[in-house]
This record gives sequence, structure tokens and C-alpha cells, in this order.
Amino acid sequence: MSRIGVFICWCGENIARTVDVDALAQEVSKFPGVRCAMNYKYVCSDPGQALVREKIAAEKLDAVVIASCSPHMHLKTFRRAAQLAGLNPYKVEMANIREHCSWVHHDRAKATAKAASLIRLSVEKARLDHELQPIRVPVTRRALVIGGGVAGIQAALDIADAGYEVVMVEREPSIGGKMAGLSETFPTLDCSQCILTPRMVEVGQHPRIKLYSYSEVERVEGYIGNFTITIRQKARYVDISKCTGCGDCWSVCPLKRNKSEFDYGMGVRASIYVPFPQAVPARPVIDAKTCAKIIRNGCGLCEKKCKAGAINFQDTDKLVEEKVGAVVVATGYKLYDIGEKQDKASLAGYGEYGYGQYKDVIDSLQFERLLSASGPTNGVLKRPSDGAEPKNVVFISCVGSRDNAKGLPYCSKICCMYTAKHAMLYKHKVHDGQAHVFYMDIRAGGKGYEEFVRRAIEQDGAKYYRGRVSKITQEDGKLVVRGADTLAGVPITVEADLVVLAAAMRPADGVAELAQKLNVGYDEFGFLLESHPKLRPVETNAAGVFVCGACQAPKDIPESVAQASAAASKVAVTFAADELMREPEIAGINEQTCVACYACLRACPYHAIEQAEVRTPRGVFVKHTARVNPGLCMGCGTCVAVCPSKSADLEGFTEQQIYAMVESLV
Amino acid sequence: MNIGYYPGCALHGSSDDYEESLRACLRALDVQLQEIDEWICCGATAAHALNQKLSTALPARNLALAERGGFGEMLAPCPMCSMQLIKAQKALAGNEGLRREMSGIVELEVRGTTRVLNLIQVFEQVGLDRLKAALKSPLKSLSAACYYGCLLTRPPDVVEFDDCEQPRSMEAFLTALGAKTVDWSYRTECCGGGMTLASEETVLDLSHKILSNAAAHGANCLVVACPMCHVNLDMKQPDIERRYGVRHGLVIYYLSDVVGMALGLPESALGINRHFVGKA
Amino acid sequence: MNTANPLPQACATARVIEALAHTHLYDCYQCGKCTAGCPMAAQMDIAPNRLIRLLQLGRGREALDAQSIWQCVSCQTCATRCPKSVNCAGIMDALRQLSMEEGRVSPAQRRVMLFQKAFLDNIRRNGRLHELELIVQFKLAGFMHDRRFSLLFKDATLAPKLNKRKKLHLRGKKVRDRAVLRRIFARSMDHS
Repeated sequence: MSRIGVFICWCGENIARTVDVDALAQEVSKFPGVRCAMNYKYVCSDPGQALVREKIAAEKLDAVVIASCSPHMHLKTFRRAAQLAGLNPYKVEMANIREHCSWVHHDRAKATAKAASLIRLSVEKARLDHELQPIRVPVTRRALVIGGGVAGIQAALDIADAGYEVVMVEREPSIGGKMAGLSETFPTLDCSQCILTPRMVEVGQHPRIKLYSYSEVERVEGYIGNFTITIRQKARYVDISKCTGCGDCWSVCPLKRNKSEFDYGMGVRASIYVPFPQAVPARPVIDAKTCAKIIRNGCGLCEKKCKAGAINFQDTDKLVEEKVGAVVVATGYKLYDIGEKQDKASLAGYGEYGYGQYKDVIDSLQFERLLSASGPTNGVLKRPSDGAEPKNVVFISCVGSRDNAKGLPYCSKICCMYTAKHAMLYKHKVHDGQAHVFYMDIRAGGKGYEEFVRRAIEQDGAKYYRGRVSKITQEDGKLVVRGADTLAGVPITVEADLVVLAAAMRPADGVAELAQKLNVGYDEFGFLLESHPKLRPVETNAAGVFVCGACQAPKDIPESVAQASAAASKVAVTFAADELMREPEIAGINEQTCVACYACLRACPYHAIEQAEVRTPRGVFVKHTARVNPGLCMGCGTCVAVCPSKSADLEGFTEQQIYAMVESLV
Repeated sequence: MNIGYYPGCALHGSSDDYEESLRACLRALDVQLQEIDEWICCGATAAHALNQKLSTALPARNLALAERGGFGEMLAPCPMCSMQLIKAQKALAGNEGLRREMSGIVELEVRGTTRVLNLIQVFEQVGLDRLKAALKSPLKSLSAACYYGCLLTRPPDVVEFDDCEQPRSMEAFLTALGAKTVDWSYRTECCGGGMTLASEETVLDLSHKILSNAAAHGANCLVVACPMCHVNLDMKQPDIERRYGVRHGLVIYYLSDVVGMALGLPESALGINRHFVGKA
Repeated sequence: MNTANPLPQACATARVIEALAHTHLYDCYQCGKCTAGCPMAAQMDIAPNRLIRLLQLGRGREALDAQSIWQCVSCQTCATRCPKSVNCAGIMDALRQLSMEEGRVSPAQRRVMLFQKAFLDNIRRNGRLHELELIVQFKLAGFMHDRRFSLLFKDATLAPKLNKRKKLHLRGKKVRDRAVLRRIFARSMDHS
């Protein structure tokens, strides 16, 4: 016979107001196997926990049921209390009589009866609880950071400075991300490159950071503490260990009119190029799509010119493996493609704005390059069509954002701020120019943000119109912008020389595929899912995988950096212990009865089940079987549901326990 | 090719040059038009402006007549008619209660099974290849501004035709037939539609902007596929020129005019001589 | 806040509009793109987004009195570009219908309404539009309304020009079964 103690919590008034805790304790004490039942005002408090510990010792309890709030809230608390009193912590059960009962009912008698039933279930489960031990897994104290933008850079430096090795994988030829291309940053107007490039150099020179540029994550295996990452190093055609970055190759390359990706098409580059002068690594890459040598075995001038012999036209993609214990995803964002081509049918584009049709209708990142001192115009504002200085510039907010019909319903959060910045910087460059801003709402929540927007309006004279733009036409060499001002209730027409569209932020290309490799969830827009929006903002549902920056949601630089440091600290916490402890409530397969159909293997969302063989101690093959990798199993129970031979079971939630609970109610 | 034909009131009224043109052109391409017997007005703007039920009932009667005639497809060359017919057809096809109600109102069973086509879609069925094969006199002298107006592409979820902001379907034909087309901004702006009588200034103002933008982008003619657009841009063009003190002198062709010309048909057979604005 | 408009009744207007136009008025977040793209907005007394706002505020009567609902050319641009898929063009239709039914048509815009009525009356009698008859009918109705001779004979000079181009049809083609038209109209107008 079990000796179970039941502790009913009043939760102040939260439970006691609706549930008659005295009557409940009395009834529960009569349940079979219950040694004692009592109630207390706050069981989670110090004296409450002391009561639990005393009773475990005094009554020699072999299991405990706490009837209180959600186990999300206090299961860990009570397990610790039990452990202190010498009881195996996995012999603690909770009955949620607050969220599932007192908070959602009014009738005291019925609520009390329901609470009794909930406790009965937990008592039945507790009777069949086994003593379990947490799973210990070794930990590789190296972290993988995916993405080398400002978030990835911050996370990598923080982790490396904490004393751990970092492997950084960046898809582009250089790290720096979107921020490297920005002009100045709100709300302080400090030069983006001036504050970022020193950090990039730090990454490049850090003894504990190993940088894979122009590389992508190909495959992810393993589990927290023990990941094996396969990285694809894309063919660069330049051996960066030999290259000195002298620049002879790109100055001799005859194909200099390729649109620069870094300048978003506003500038040009050669077929062998460094994306921008401050690139890290400051080593070139050959664009295989345009290089005459690679396409038709022509030219080859760069190879002849290179004194270091670093050019290798025979280069191919290479796969390398790295072992890490934790992963930080910092893949960032891209802008909504305003033109007609969209990757989803529901995103119908914005034909009415003429982006792609009129050269002087550009997006916000293109405008950043036109403003940037290191940009294609050296910071002199020239419009793309004819190089003239634009005297009237229209900025349009919410292009794609907050557009349910043919864009995205969410707010991209940063556009209000950078549009104010654009209007301001434009005025600083073109003193006799006029900035016009069409907006729907100004969202300037942040330190110094509201003041910044007001400065654009009050000091720099930007004209703000509250309304969307319906159409842009080209008439007599002008872009005619037809918008509205809903405050005055009138249509507004502005003749502009340049139009800048604040396009929505979307997750970078390929994030969904990466998320699937990492078993990380993502929302309908492709942003990665944190495991709790408030309390676990950088963790994901995959243990050991953390997120930061704009891959999780639209956010600005300060927020991205803060989140990156948070992710780094979570990595440091993971690495702080000699071994990682994992909850033992995971699946197991009865290998004797398993028929090796592998239905579980196909169903497992965490790839935690593998094919294995049962052999005698002498190594003679007996049979095939499925086997759970305890490092990967998250205890979801899907395998238990699909197993046709009933060979899979979940510790802590055994089928026997579930049946016992159900039977106790019928 | 055999196809149902719903002319609509305009093509039997002052826009009968459009009917003359498209009949001649389609005959040359071996497309047989069979007029729906006893067709009635679609109700146009007046019906949907004043009575929503009537604006479904009038097209429903026509759809029922087309179904009775066994037509799976029906050409409605006026975009107002075709939009009204498609809107009713989609509503009927997806709503049994409405089918029953409308069948009662129009005294004929209607199921909403006839697919309504605009003129461009009929040419698309003929195909660019056949048109190119039949090409006799390439339209070298034309620098055309293709003008779609409102209802060929709007509302997009009703008509489901081309890109509602940057349509290109007419350009495809013009280019294939040897004409130059201009890239201009007023392809889908409204000309004032049926307000010609009720509010003339509106029409003159809107149409003037369209003509001006076409001319500014180097067009020497406009190509339309709508009788109302033609009235406003062609018949009203002298009034526009007088009111704004400009000379546009832009010939307004129906799409079937230019296709017919490319096929070698004489202008008189296409009714082009009956337009208000002639070649300069 | 105008307390002269009792909220429940005015809300009823909004509900009728929603039903007639098959749309949700409260989806509108007042971005103004409808007004921005409207070819007539510059001439309107109450721009499209403000009409919707009045309906949202329960001040539908002010919308029914507006001139702008009769200035709308039904080009569908507003509904096509609305980021919230509010059927603004349909709302204009519904407002016109209700304005006429409730006898609230703005006096300055009655000519437009008379034209639409003359149009419908013409097809009710003939089955198909007879342009010449419509013009005469509309001119007379307009004259009865505002007694302006200038408008009565304004387009008279057009007739010989149309005739020269064989576009003037004195006798329109009528459908054979015209009785069915009258029944269709009667059934459609019947609100019960």
C-alpha cells in the first residue's frame, strides 16, 4: 500500500474562494493509498515547503501530490522540496485545481467536487510513479552561431569572451549583415559602419572564433551539448589562406558592371570582388554566374595577375564537420520584394507603386546605400535614373507591412524610425530639398525615439501626411505620388524626384529549411518561434538552440544586440555545468516486443529514434529494433501513440498510469 | 470556333462601330459569334448604384438565356457587361439559395455555368501563333498606348484577368502584330465611365489626363477594349481639346480595329471611318 | 461627439450597408488608400474613407446625405487596392441605394440619381437601352428638377455629328418579351 501525502494549496484566495479546501482535504484523506491530506494558505512559500518536507519524513511518505496551480509554475519547486526530504523528485505529482478549476468555475460545491476528481487522478498516477534519475549528457563547450550580422557578431563575441570557442557560419562572402550597409543609425545618428566594423574585425581576429564565410549549414545532427554540424563551404575560387587581399584581381577584372548585391543594385562590382572595403574576411570571391573564365574558359586575367597564386578556377563546394554543444540562430531579415515576383501567391506585390518600372522608386535599403559615405555615390545624394539631386523625396511607410490584402498583416516595427531618419539625413544632405512622409501611425516606442521623430518634423521640416499612397505615375519626368491625408480628409498629390518605399521586414531566405534542420518552430510568416514570448524569449523548443535578432521578429539594432547578448548568456549557462541534466520523462522502446516497423521513427518530430540491432552479450545478432536516443527525445509521446505493438512507453506518463487515472473516474 | 455572344446595349447603340469591328475581325479569324436570343441589358452602373438585387437579376437572366442556348462560353465585349455577368455568375455558382431565388425572379433556371470572356480573352483563345501566321500588314506606324480602364481588370477577384495594376495582355498582341507599345502610367486609370451624360466635366477631366499621359509617353494612338472608354476618349476628344486648349489628335482604336488592320482588313470594314478622331 | 444621432439607429444603417455590400466596415483602419486613389476625391465633400468613418461612428445619416456618393464613378480602384479588403465600391453602391430609398439624395447631385433612374426605367420598358430615348428622358427629368435650359439643349449639336457617323439610331431594338422585364423589376424592388 502506498503512503501518499496530499497538500492542498489555498493560493491565498485564488483557490480557497471557490473551492472548500477543508471539505476537500477531508474527502481526499479517504482516497485509497493516501496517508495524509492537509491544506495550507501558500504551499509554495517557505513554511509551506517546510510542511511538505516534515510530512515526508514524519509519515514516511513514498509519493506526494500537490493540489495547487499549474505544474509550469511550481513543479520544479516541489520536486526540489521532496528531494531535500529524501524523496525521489519524480514521485511528486501536481493536481491543477487553480487554472483548471477555481479560476474557471463559480459554483463552490461543484468546483470542490471537481477538485476532488482532479486530485484523485493525480493520486492514481502517483501510486504508479517510479523513481527516476535525471539523464546526464556530456557537453561540448563550443557554440555555433549561424549568421554574421550584428546579432550574430554580438552573440559570437560574448560567447568567445566568456571563454568558449565559437564557430560562425555566414552565407555571404563577408560578415556584417544588413547593418554594414546602413548609413547612420537612429536615434543617435552614429555612423553604422563606424560602430560595426571594429566588431567585425574583432570577430575576424578573435582567437576563439572560427569563421566560415560564404558557407551554409548543410546538416545538423545530435542534441544539446552534442551537435554535429555539417557546413557547406561554397566554392569561392579564391584560396583565402593564400590571398593577401591586395586587390590586383578585381582591378584587372574586365567585367566591372555587375550589379552589386551589397549595394542592392545601386552600384556595380567586378566579377571577382570584395563586397565592400571593410569586409571580413577582406578576401575576394568570384561570381561564377558572370566570370568569363568559369562560363566559357575565357579571360583568366585575375589568375595571371595574382602573385600569391590564390585563384583556383577548379574550386568546388566542400563539406566540413564541426562539433558544438549549443547553437545560436541569427539569420536576420530581408525586405519584402515589392516588384511583381513573390514567393507566395498571397503576396501579390505592389504594381501600383511602379517599383522595378520607375528607376527612381527604390526601397529603404537602396536609399541607405545612396546616403552612405561608403556607398556607390560616396554619400552624395543622386537619384538612380539620371544622377540628379532630388529636390522632393517621398517616403512611404508600411509597404507590405500591415497590408492583409496583398502583403503581410504585421507591423515591421523599425520603418517609422528609419523613415524619420531618412527624412532627416536627406535634409542634412540637400538643404533646399523637401522630404514628404506618408504614414499610417507613427510607432516610436523606445528610448529617445519619439523625440527623434519630432525632430525630423519640427527641426528638419519633413512634411508628414497621415495616409497611404494609392498610386505612383510618371508624368513629365516627375513621379506623381497620389496619397491622402486622412486628418484633413483630402487627397494629396506630390510631385517627387525620388520615392523611397519602406518595405516590410521578412525572415531571410531559407530560414524555414534551417529551422527544420534544427527542429525549431516558425510562424506562418517564417519568423522563428521562441519557447515563451515573455519568460523564455531567446530559447526555442529545441534544447540547446537559441535565437536572436530579426529572424525571430522584426526588430531594430539595439533590440537585436540585447537579444544576442541574452542568447550568449544562455549558451554560457548551458556550458557552465560539467554535464547537462535532462528530465528523464522520455520514451523507451521494449526491444523484445518491438517488431521493427519503424512507425515511431517516421513519426518522431525530433529524429530521436534510430534503427538498432539486439545482440546477445557475445555479439550474435538477435533481431532489429527501434531505439530511443535519450539525448534527443523530448518526451512528446508521439511514438507511444503510433506504435502498433505497444512497445513504446513514456517514463513518468506510462500507459499503465494513464489507464489507472481514467479507471479511477469511471 | 463557335462562341456565344452578348453584345450589350452600347454595341447596338452609338458604339456599333465596335461591333462592326469585332465581327469583321473575328470572322477573318474563323470565330463564329452566336448572339444570345432575347438578351437584355446587364443593368450597368445604374442597377448596382440603385438596387443590389436587380444588379444580380439582370445578368442572371442573360446567363440563363446563354445556358438555355447551350453556350459554355460567351463573349461580352463591353467590360461593364462582362464584369456584371462574371460577378453574377460567380455568385450564382457558389450559392444554391441565390440560384433558386434568381431562377424565380428571372423566370428561367440559372446555374451560373457559362464562362464569360472579354474580347482579349477571345483573341487569346485564337492564339498569338495563329494571329502571327495570319499577319498581312504589320502595324509598323503605330506607337500605341494600351488602355485597359477600370473594369477589364477590376475588381481583380471578380474578373480574374491579367495584373490589375500592371496589365500587359493587350501589349502582347500589339507587339506580336508589329506595333510599338509605350510604357505609360494611366493604363488602368478611370476615364469617367458612364458619367458622360450625368457629369460631363468629370469625364472631360479624367479623359484629358489619360490622353495627356499617353501623348507625353510618345503614343500616337490609344488601343481600348471598352465602348465607354471609346466614347469618352474619342467622341469627347474635341470637347476635351476645346476645354483645355490643347490638341491631342490621338486616334482611339478598338483592339479589334488594330488586329483587323494587321490582318489586312480595310478600315471601312472595321468601322474606323466612323470614329470622331481620324488620323492626322 | 454629436449626440444628436442616437447610436442604435445609426448603427442600424451601418449594418444594412454591411449586408448590402457584403463587407465589414470595422475592418477599415482608416489608412486612406481609397481616398488617395479615387479619381473623384478632390471634388468630393466627404471622401470615401470619411464616409466609412462616419458609418463606423454610427453617423450613417451624414453619409447618406453626402454628395460624394453620387460623384463616385464606380471604377473599383478603392476596393481593388484596399489593404483590408473592405469593399469600398460596394459601400458606395449601398449608400446610394439607401440614400435614394430614404429620400436623402443631396439636391446638388439629384441629376446623377435621375440619370440612373432614367437608365433603369429605360431598360425596364425596352429590355435594352435605347440611347436617344434615355437622353430625352434624362434631359426632361433634369429640366423638371433644376429648370436649366442650357443643360436641356447642351448636347443637341451632337446629334448631326452622330448621324454623320451612322451612330444615331432613332428606333432601338427591343426584346420581344418585355412583360418579363417588368416582373423582374417588380420582384427585385420588393424588399419583403
